[in-house]
Amino acid sequence: MVEFRYRTDEVTEQPSVTLDAFLDQSNATAVRLEPDDDARALIPFLDRLTLIEVAFPKYRDGRGYSSARILREAGYTGELRAQGDVLVDQIAFMRRCGFDSFAPEASLNPEAVARALSTYDQFYQKAADAAVPVWKLRHG
Amino acid sequence: MYKYDHFDQSIVDARVAEFRDQVNRRIAGEITEDQFKPLRLMNGLYLQLHAYMLRVAIPYGTLDSRQMRMLAHIARKYDRDYGHFTTRQNIQYNWIKLEECADLLEELATVEMHAIQTSGNCIRNISSDQYAGAAADEVADPRPWAELLRQWSTFHPEFSYLPRKFKIAVIASPEDRAAMRLHDIGLELVRQNGELGARVFVGGGMGRTPMIAPEINPFVKANDLLSYIEACLRVYNRFGRRDNIYKARIKILVHEIGADEYRRQVAEEFAHVKTLGIDPPLAELERISAFFAPPAFDAADVEPDRSDPDFAVWLDQNVKPHKQAGYAIVNISLKPIGGIPGDATSAQIDVMADLAEQYGFDELRVTHAQNIVLPHVAKRDLHAVWQALREADLADANLDLISDIIACPGLDYCSLANARSIPVAQKIATRFADMDRQRDLGELKLKISGCINACGHHHAGHIGILGVDRKGVENYQLTFGGSGAEDVSIGKIIGPGFDEDGVVDAVEKATEVYKTLREGDERFIDTYRRVGLEPFKEAIYG
Repeated sequence: MVEFRYRTDEVTEQPSVTLDAFLDQSNATAVRLEPDDDARALIPFLDRLTLIEVAFPKYRDGRGYSSARILREAGYTGELRAQGDVLVDQIAFMRRCGFDSFAPEASLNPEAVARALSTYDQFYQKAADAAVPVWKLRHG
Repeated sequence: MYKYDHFDQSIVDARVAEFRDQVNRRIAGEITEDQFKPLRLMNGLYLQLHAYMLRVAIPYGTLDSRQMRMLAHIARKYDRDYGHFTTRQNIQYNWIKLEECADLLEELATVEMHAIQTSGNCIRNISSDQYAGAAADEVADPRPWAELLRQWSTFHPEFSYLPRKFKIAVIASPEDRAAMRLHDIGLELVRQNGELGARVFVGGGMGRTPMIAPEINPFVKANDLLSYIEACLRVYNRFGRRDNIYKARIKILVHEIGADEYRRQVAEEFAHVKTLGIDPPLAELERISAFFAPPAFDAADVEPDRSDPDFAVWLDQNVKPHKQAGYAIVNISLKPIGGIPGDATSAQIDVMADLAEQYGFDELRVTHAQNIVLPHVAKRDLHAVWQALREADLADANLDLISDIIACPGLDYCSLANARSIPVAQKIATRFADMDRQRDLGELKLKISGCINACGHHHAGHIGILGVDRKGVENYQLTFGGSGAEDVSIGKIIGPGFDEDGVVDAVEKATEVYKTLREGDERFIDTYRRVGLEPFKEAIYG
């Protein structure tokens, strides 16, 4: 279940299909990526997609962070959802990688999530969010 | 030395507040130990055999006297009056109370220090050459590059849940004092047509599968560095093995797909990443470099008075040439005979801080061999420095000798260890306590690990010792022929293992064989490489 969503558009009602199924019957508009799926396989179809769900079966498996960035870097603007073993202390990193909705398996405390997202106001790196990196603030 | 601006400070301060909140939630029982574990590990806090251990980052091993005094203060106030300097150029405190941890970090933050990413499957503290800025053979000071990487890697959103931990070293000399090619990524700064860039080595490491990093790129320009390293990491994050913790380091990926295929994938990823504008302008590297400008050297080039023989021995063994005439590099051994390698008391840490302030342009370095360096000491002050060190029991003249042992904490502290390391180090140092004997043996790098994870760098020891558990009994395997220097190599096991006393005897026999067979100025490892294992094996097992 989507617990946190940082978008204003309508939630996609269509259930997401696996990458293989999507590549076979490409009229779907929602797809689900497992950690070992190649996010780049979706690049030719990004215009048509309204939801990409990235699975985190275990929080320790960080492949989904790269999948998210690759999709955003390729220009994907639809909903990018982190689903699974998503913990409060990961949400800030996930937001920076381009995720804008979260469906954690174990429900998260909204206050704790808000706190986690407001802890840092400076960032060293340019990532997939709008944050301006410290080096750019230093040099304009 | 790098100084924080308000951006750097705000990030470290935010981290303290975040960690305080996490600890409070744990103490209140809102989160379980299982949920707390990844959070505390991201911040260098380990639950060891007897207590919490906190690892504090010393970026590229450089610190000033104010920071050094803070380390002493923390040892006094929060620990048992000592700290342990590590092979990653960090410091560890072994007896930390969870409820005091946030206060400790808050004090550290007041001197621009932290424990960020000193553990966990993320990019760890960047290590470097302890002689940076002082070595005659460096093409540039490697530390600005290390600081650039420190900032880039701090809270990197994509690379905080890597398959496994990730260690980067940066050097800038042909002589490798940082075991660069035994890192996940090793960078060697080089000049090409006058332009400074980095040779990039990827996929080295120790642990249970030691590997020497192959060269992946002969020259990456300064303004491409972060894009290139980001590409190296992204390929690893996506394709590194996650099915087996022992095969999850990048060295296994590079080995399994081959250096050529890894290089190709990185080149492809780099071509894409370079379009994203993630590289800071060169002005940022210049801004950082300005902090590392050479100090105001002004001492006359006078040779110290060598009439005191003890001082002369220390000069010959622990003092190294400086690029600036009139100056020298002072190595402070944390390896007193019978002591614990890398340990220093609060009082000793304060003495080293005072000496740095008074005689060393306020700079100190931690070495991967667990010693301390005063990088810029005027030759005219060497005698005064030596006297002060002697009064603090810090004047052991054994740098790079057999008693200058690297040892992991082993079973005395560590929850992963199979065997004790410290008592073996103490017994070997005691056996070779006679300084004339040690000096006669010359450079002999002996390294001890208490388990296969190899924190004591045994693979890189001219003589390496690996403690294993054999049916409930501590057993020690010997390896010969390793090196972490520019002649990098991995040691080989010489035969069946020994008990604690047996391994000390075997080391002694090996040194006897060396003394008989050495030719000219050969070091132990040179003789071993020339004659091979047989004569040693015969003497030890025969």
